[in-house]
Formats: sequence, C-alpha cells, structure tokens
Amino acid sequence: MSETVKFTIDGKECTAVKGQLLIDAAADNGIYIPLLCHMRDLVPAGSCRICTCKVNGRYMSACTTPVEPGMNIESNTAELNDIRKAIVEMLFVEGNHFCPSCEKSGNCDLQALGYKYQMMVPRFPYAFERRELEASTPKIFLEKNRCIFCKRCVRLIKDEQGRSIFAFKGRGKTLEINIDKKLAANMSDDLTMKAMNACPVGAILKKEVGFINSIGTRKYDKEPIGSDIEKIHQ
Amino acid sequence: MAQKVTIEPVTRVEGHGKVTIHLDDNMNVVQTRLHVVEFRGFERFVQGRPYWEAPVLVQRLCGICPVSHHLAAAKALDVIVGAGTGHGLTPTGEKMRRLMHYGQIFQSHALHFFHLCSPDFLLGYDADPAIRNVVGVAIKFPELATQGVLMRKYGQEIIAVTAGKKIHGTGAIPGGINKNLSIAERDALLNGPAPLNIDKMIEWADAALQLFKDYYMKNRDFVDNFAYFPSNHLSLVRKDGALDLYHGVMRAVDAEGNKILNDVDYQEYYNYIEEEVRSWSYMKFPYIKHLGKEKGWYRVGPLARLNTADFIPTPMAQKEFEIYKAHTNGKPNNYCLHTHWARLIELLHSAEVIRDLLRDPDLQKDDIVTKGTKKFEGVGLIEAPRGTLFHHYKINENDQITMANLIVSTTNNNEPMNQSVNFVAKKMMNGQATITEPMKNAVEIAIRAYDPCLSCATHALGKMPLDIKLYNAKGDVLDHYRS
Ligand code: SF4
Repeated sequence: MSETVKFTIDGKECTAVKGQLLIDAAADNGIYIPLLCHMRDLVPAGSCRICTCKVNGRYMSACTTPVEPGMNIESNTAELNDIRKAIVEMLFVEGNHFCPSCEKSGNCDLQALGYKYQMMVPRFPYAFERRELEASTPKIFLEKNRCIFCKRCVRLIKDEQGRSIFAFKGRGKTLEINIDKKLAANMSDDLTMKAMNACPVGAILKKEVGFINSIGTRKYDKEPIGSDIEKIHQ
Repeated sequence: MAQKVTIEPVTRVEGHGKVTIHLDDNMNVVQTRLHVVEFRGFERFVQGRPYWEAPVLVQRLCGICPVSHHLAAAKALDVIVGAGTGHGLTPTGEKMRRLMHYGQIFQSHALHFFHLCSPDFLLGYDADPAIRNVVGVAIKFPELATQGVLMRKYGQEIIAVTAGKKIHGTGAIPGGINKNLSIAERDALLNGPAPLNIDKMIEWADAALQLFKDYYMKNRDFVDNFAYFPSNHLSLVRKDGALDLYHGVMRAVDAEGNKILNDVDYQEYYNYIEEEVRSWSYMKFPYIKHLGKEKGWYRVGPLARLNTADFIPTPMAQKEFEIYKAHTNGKPNNYCLHTHWARLIELLHSAEVIRDLLRDPDLQKDDIVTKGTKKFEGVGLIEAPRGTLFHHYKINENDQITMANLIVSTTNNNEPMNQSVNFVAKKMMNGQATITEPMKNAVEIAIRAYDPCLSCATHALGKMPLDIKLYNAKGDVLDHYRS
C-alpha cells in the first residue's frame, strides 16, 4: 500500500500519497497553485516556474517537487505572488500577445493569470520579437508569437508511433516552437483539438474553429482561474 | 495671390478633421477641402492572419460602430466558407445578425441625434458654443437628454446579447453566429421594466422624429437652404426595393432619381466602384466607374438610403417616409440637413425591426452556422449607420488573408463632405478676410450632417477644439481663432 503523508500549505493540514507532485497534491487538497507548463500525468517540465513555492524555506517549483512527510509549504504569500506576477509579465513582454483578436481570449491560462495577479502594465520592456506564423499544415495554425515555451505540446502530442509532432528550434532569443509538417499532415481532428486545448495560450489553433464559444460561455468568463480547484474542498 | 483659411480640427465630429479654404485675391472662395491627414493601416495588419480573425480584428478600427465592421467582415467570410450571402445563413444566424445590426443602428442614430445634432437645433445654431453641446441640452432639456442616454443603452444591450459584449464582441463568425437569443434575454428586451423595453423605444424614437419635424416646420428656410447640391446616391436595397440595412443589392440613383446602378450583386462591386487617391488627403475618393471621377461621386448614409429605397418595410417608418418623400415630390432629396430627418426615420424603422425580430421564434433555434465549399475571395457589404461599408478579402490555400480592401462609409462620403463644406464656405466666406462665428458654425454643421466617423476612416476617436487660421498669400497668419 502506498504511504500517506501529512504536510501543510499556508498552514492548512494536507494529506497525499508519498511522492505525489506537490502541485497535484495541493489541488487534491483544494489549494490552487498557479501553473502553465504542468499537466497531470505528463513528465514534469519545470519550465515556467510560476508554481514556485517555499518548501521548508527554500524556493522550489511545485510541479517538480514530490511531497514528503512534515513539509512546510508557503504558496499564497505576497512575496510569492509578486514573483508569479513578474513571471506573467515577462511572458507577456517576451511574446506578442494581442488578446483583443485572439480566439483563445477567455480560455487562455496566461490571460487568466494576468487577471488573477491584476497585471496592469508590465514592469519589463516589450521585446517585440518577430516570429512568423506557420500556416502550411492542413489543420493547424501555429501562432509562434504567442508560444510561452511550456512544452506541453512537445510532451503530449505524438503520432501513432510515439513521435513528437511539435519541437523547439533554436536557443535563447531565437528559440521557437515548430511543427513537423510531415507528421502534422496526418493529424486527426481529435488530436488537433487535443493540441489546441493543451496549449495554455493561443499558439496552437485548429483551422476554421475560430470564436465558436460566445462571450459568457468561455472558461474564465464566469470564474477566475483556479476556482474549480478551490471549490473542491469548500 | 491666393489666400488660405484653415479650420482645424472640427468639433463634435467623431475623429479628427481639418478644413482649408482657399481664397483668391478678391477674397472669394475658390476651393474648400476637408483634409484627413491620418492613416490607420488595418488593411495591412490583417494580411497573413487567419481569415476567421478578421471580424474580431478589423472591428477595432472603431469604437463607435464596430458592429458594422464586425458584420461586414463576417458577411465577406460567409462567402469564403461557402455559406453564400443573405439567406445562405440559417434563419437563426441571419436574424441574430440583423438584430445585432439594427441594435447598432438604433444606438448610433440615437447618439448622433441626442448628443451631436440636437444641441444645434434645440439651443440654436447660433448659440454660444460654450453651451451648444450635450451638456447644454442636459441642462435645458433634462428629460430629452435622459432619453438619449437610455436609447443608446437599449441599443447596446441588444449588441451585448447578440455579439457577447457591448463593444468589440465576437458574435458573428464565418457562416453564422456563435449564440442564439435566450428566452430571458428576449423577454428583458421586449418587456423589461420601463423605460428599457421596445414599446418605449418606439415611442421615444417617434417623439424624436416629431421634435425634428416641429423644428423643421419653424425653420424651413434655414434647413432647406443651408446646403443644397445635387449628387448621386448609393446604398444597398432589398431585392424588391425596400430599405434594408443588413443585406441587399447595390443601387444608385442620380439627383433626378434615375437609376444609375440597379440590382448589382456586390460581390462584383469593383466592376462598378473605383477609388481615386488625391495627394492632400489619406482618405480616398470613391466614384461610380462608368460615370467617371467628375460625375461619378455619390453620397451614402441616411439621406442616400431614403433616396434609393422605394419603400420602408415597417408601418410607422413607411408613413413617415411618405411625408418625407412628399416634400421633394418623390424625387431624391439633396438637402444636406435633411439627413437628420432621414436618420430619425431610420431610427424609428430600426426600433420597429427590433420589435419584430424579438418576437420571432427563429432566434431561439440552435442551427446557427452554415458551411459549404470554400472560396478564396469574398465581399461583404452592409449599410452602417453612416452609410455603405465595403469589406473585401482574399485568402490563400493556407487560410491566410492575402488582401483586404475596406471602403468605409466616411470614405464614401468624402467628396460630398468636401462639396458641402465648399458650398457653405462660398456662401458665408466670400469677400471676407476674417473668420466669423456664423461661418465657423456653418462649416461644422455641414460636416456633422454626415455624422462622419473620421476615426473609422483613419484615426482614433477624439473631440477636438476648433482651430481656425487665416493666411495671406505669403503664408503669414492674418487671423487666428481657437476655441
Ligand atoms: S505551442 Fe503552446 S503548448 Fe506548445 S510550447 Fe508553445 S505555449 Fe506550450
């Protein structure tokens, strides 16, 4: 039998199976720790750092840290929330995010976190990187300007033989998301939708789907991001 | 040596415009120009974008009538996704869009009448500019000002339940719409607590029209003689000749009422309309091709629409239309200030159309999108509050927009606005070396009759002070007025 461990998050007593990732364990205990790159059951990437918590006084990313007995975790503190807000701002200035005409608006995790942390004007200068749009595959529009390098698509979207359809190209400033055109040519509608839904922003768009959800019915129109998790244990 | 008078920018015009009046040595007006010196570039921004983004992206051109751009773009894309035009959409898709559009017309016309135009005739065209504005109206006629605000609010509520929000919604998508009208939404608009229900809106629209007619009867000479010049008139009309602000065929009549374009499918507008570029304005000058630049220019908007249409398909507005038409013996109306009259008839008509649509059970159905065989080019035309609006897109095999051409209402009215300003300038300015108060007002009133949205043609919204400069031939300022 797997061992159950006890720990606290912001003073609240929590329990989880030993070794479970802190971010998932927190969610199962009704505590929302913000995330962008993490997806349950995917190999952790630890790339966005928005889930950074203080574990026994040290900064750790909740998506790569397994819970241990007696851990003392701080998450919802002014200091950590400001760090998270800064990360959101960095992501906004690093890409070209024009929410007004983005069809992911209202369903976008990055935008929702911008609202959650009440981002007004980013504290960093805009980079205005110019990235081309990849439109030549039959089902997907890859809007590279909006990619936040979470690597969800790279980890999740594979063809029948397990080959990744998405991959990163370049390093540092020139890093960008790419799609294997040959593999993409055979993507099913379901897999395309899975990719679009996995992408936390509007970088992966299924062609011809635009704006089918009316305003008011989109994911974050009624409740802020994380509300579903926080409701579980209320 | 020629003299030049500059008036800039014009107040209570949404956007930013500048007027120059060119005088000869004898101080006679030789030419007047309305300059639009800004440029927006949306036709370029959309290139490369996925086509379904156009209705949402391009509407950002304007915060005044974004719905018109939203719908014109969606109509062009209906053609591209193979849904066709008009009845190509499902009844729910088409009627929801109509409701959105007439809601927009209603709020925009109400705004124009109560906020922008009523100060002129309620307080007098020659009243002190310091009080001749919406605040002045609110102080002297508080009830009327409240009506204006609430009519605008009602129109915006309609936009919110059809487009998703009051400004810059996402309701119209290629081939249809992304929501229907719930029973609760319908009931709130039909029978909401007074005054925000459709019966009250019809009553107020009618009252506004009667108010204008009253004013007109007392000031007939002024209104008729303010600016009159013959021109062609262009708009969409329903196939049977009825006034239709959402869809139809192109029709144009000349000053005598002869049809110079009739029953034209707007997918081929470019075979009939050409645009001229003039060096002194960023705004182009469209004209009807076969008549040429000199004779082919035309007016659009309420005045033009009531000149091209044979009848109005709602009873109260039709009755008013008959009275209005009788004034010119059934011939086209070329009186500039009658645009206000025409606009108020349309306001009443919109309210009647909204009522009929709200009672239509098709709006609660679920079949909202149509798709067919994809095409690579599409044109969408709509009668925006200020006149005919053209959207034309081409896409490539990757679904990216490769070409966009927009001819907005204010651009269509570019030449007529210039003509109007020229007309009043000649009347008021000849023989004078200074700019008088009546002259200043007249220029503004002439432009405002078109309700031009210079923001939409080119630039951002702004209410600017009036600035007039009078130059001698050497370029020295002889007279300078600034409000
Ligand atoms: S395309 Fe989307 S899912 Fe893929 S890495 Fe970029 S943001 Fe993440």
